Amino acid sequence: MNNWMNIALPKGRLGEKAYAMLKNSGYECPSIEDPGRKLIFENPEKRVRYFWVKPSDVAIYVERGAADLGIVGKDILLEYEPEVYELLDLKMGKCRMAVAGKKDFREPVGRTLKVATKFPNITRNFYAGKCRDIDIIHLNGSIELAPILGLSHVIVDIVETGTTLRENDLMVYEEIVPISARLIANVSGFQFKYEAIHAIRESLRKQVEEK
Amino acid sequence: MITDQIWRNEEQAVFALRALYQRYGYVPFKMSQFEEYDLYVRNKDFLVSDKIITFSGEGGKLMALKPDVTLSIVKNAPEEKGVVQKVYYSENVYRDYREIMQAGLECVGDLTPYDIAEAVLLAVKSLEKLGGRYVLDISHMGLLAAVLERCGFDKGKQKQAMGCLRQKNTHDLKALCAGNPEAWQALRALSVCRGGAEELETLTPYLTGEAEKRALEELKALLGILAESGYAEKVRLDFSVGSALGYYSGVVFRGYLEGIPESVLSGGQYDKLPRKMGRKSRAIGFAVYVDLLQEREQEENPFDVDTLILHDGTVPLADLRRAAESAAAEGSVLVATKAPKGRSWKRKVELKGGTAQ
Repeated sequence: MNNWMNIALPKGRLGEKAYAMLKNSGYECPSIEDPGRKLIFENPEKRVRYFWVKPSDVAIYVERGAADLGIVGKDILLEYEPEVYELLDLKMGKCRMAVAGKKDFREPVGRTLKVATKFPNITRNFYAGKCRDIDIIHLNGSIELAPILGLSHVIVDIVETGTTLRENDLMVYEEIVPISARLIANVSGFQFKYEAIHAIRESLRKQVEEK
Repeated sequence: MITDQIWRNEEQAVFALRALYQRYGYVPFKMSQFEEYDLYVRNKDFLVSDKIITFSGEGGKLMALKPDVTLSIVKNAPEEKGVVQKVYYSENVYRDYREIMQAGLECVGDLTPYDIAEAVLLAVKSLEKLGGRYVLDISHMGLLAAVLERCGFDKGKQKQAMGCLRQKNTHDLKALCAGNPEAWQALRALSVCRGGAEELETLTPYLTGEAEKRALEELKALLGILAESGYAEKVRLDFSVGSALGYYSGVVFRGYLEGIPESVLSGGQYDKLPRKMGRKSRAIGFAVYVDLLQEREQEENPFDVDTLILHDGTVPLADLRRAAESAAAEGSVLVATKAPKGRSWKRKVELKGGTAQ
């Protein structure tokens, strides 16, 4: 297991794009391109092993050392604050973390602000910086419903194009932080596979700059 | 007969470390399980975790199940000129409702450069004792603090910059230094720095302040000593080491073992802690997170027991005893009336009505 490079990829389009870049860096793994239900793909010749995991789990695999490297959204890093090295901004999967509410929304001054979100930690940190008293409502999906039904005043969520918000008569009030995909590394694996990890980072950096 | 197989990884490690520290004149420190909660609250920034388990003690005094050993040692540090106290410990500490086995040493008092170098050397030797491939990353908090101060960053920005350094995140660091090319150059050099003493030359042009130069000299001397002891390849300058700027004031370090996903050793010079307690002494120390060694694979006996003796309940006691004793003389033995589920044995002996079959 030791001299293999283990890489956790997020399931979905972002992971596929990241794999294409890693392939360009000399870490190809032909079997990954075959459709099927396999979860692990190996190329013994390059000693690289890829696995698809749920995007929000990538950081856990890397932090706990099951993967040496991973591709993960900045939103996940901000939410879970894992102890990993964040080696590169891949400048893809770009979107932003924002506060949104109904178009006719007025901030309820003098009252606790009710915020629905999938990202309680980011939300708490953002409003703590403003010393604003808030009530976090932790939801797992369809966050946009909350302000429409009066469950919350606003939402904190990822906004890509804003189409979902517009179709539901919602709009962005405040941007919290821009989000994009990052290359992360396990802190211990980095020590012992430094040359290989450094080479991958430099190759990916060049590809990002050429775009 | 005590064989290696009986000691678990972490138990073997504790013995090896104790022997090492004792050889360098460190004496054991045994602390009580409970300490006044007040001590930890006053020095909260120094603790790894603020989830402390508390009890009310005699007279309603709030007591804590010790989450840390260092504070108790520093509290009693000597203040006399020329006097240094060197102690080591292997204790269980309690955080987040977990019992964590930890070993380490603290050197407090009127420190000389030798004491500091020796403590770092012992950190490398500790990793060596634990076996396998290891690396000790070294950084300097005084250096980082001086650079951030010179960059003109306020407290908030200093904290963000430290976060970027800790994560080797140069992209966000660059954004943070927008409009401040001098800061970017210095911080970039620190963020990408990784290597041995040769890296100090690369850093020198960017680190222009007096305190920065002094820190570089300290690092140079330290790396020189480590190289002389034959550890040049085992230590790396890496400025991602270092938690919050909090208490650490000088050299800081973190050790890694191959196969264990997080650092197993961390420490540094923390003069600010005794100063905060109103003491004149200086201090350096480190902790080894011995419980993490469980993560390592250990060669395991493929059998739970060597001999399984099954009997039907009618076998005379004396016969059973004799069979068990003779089996135990050669290895482990389990006597049962029914084969236990989910366990394995090398040899099975069935006894019925007093005769082996």
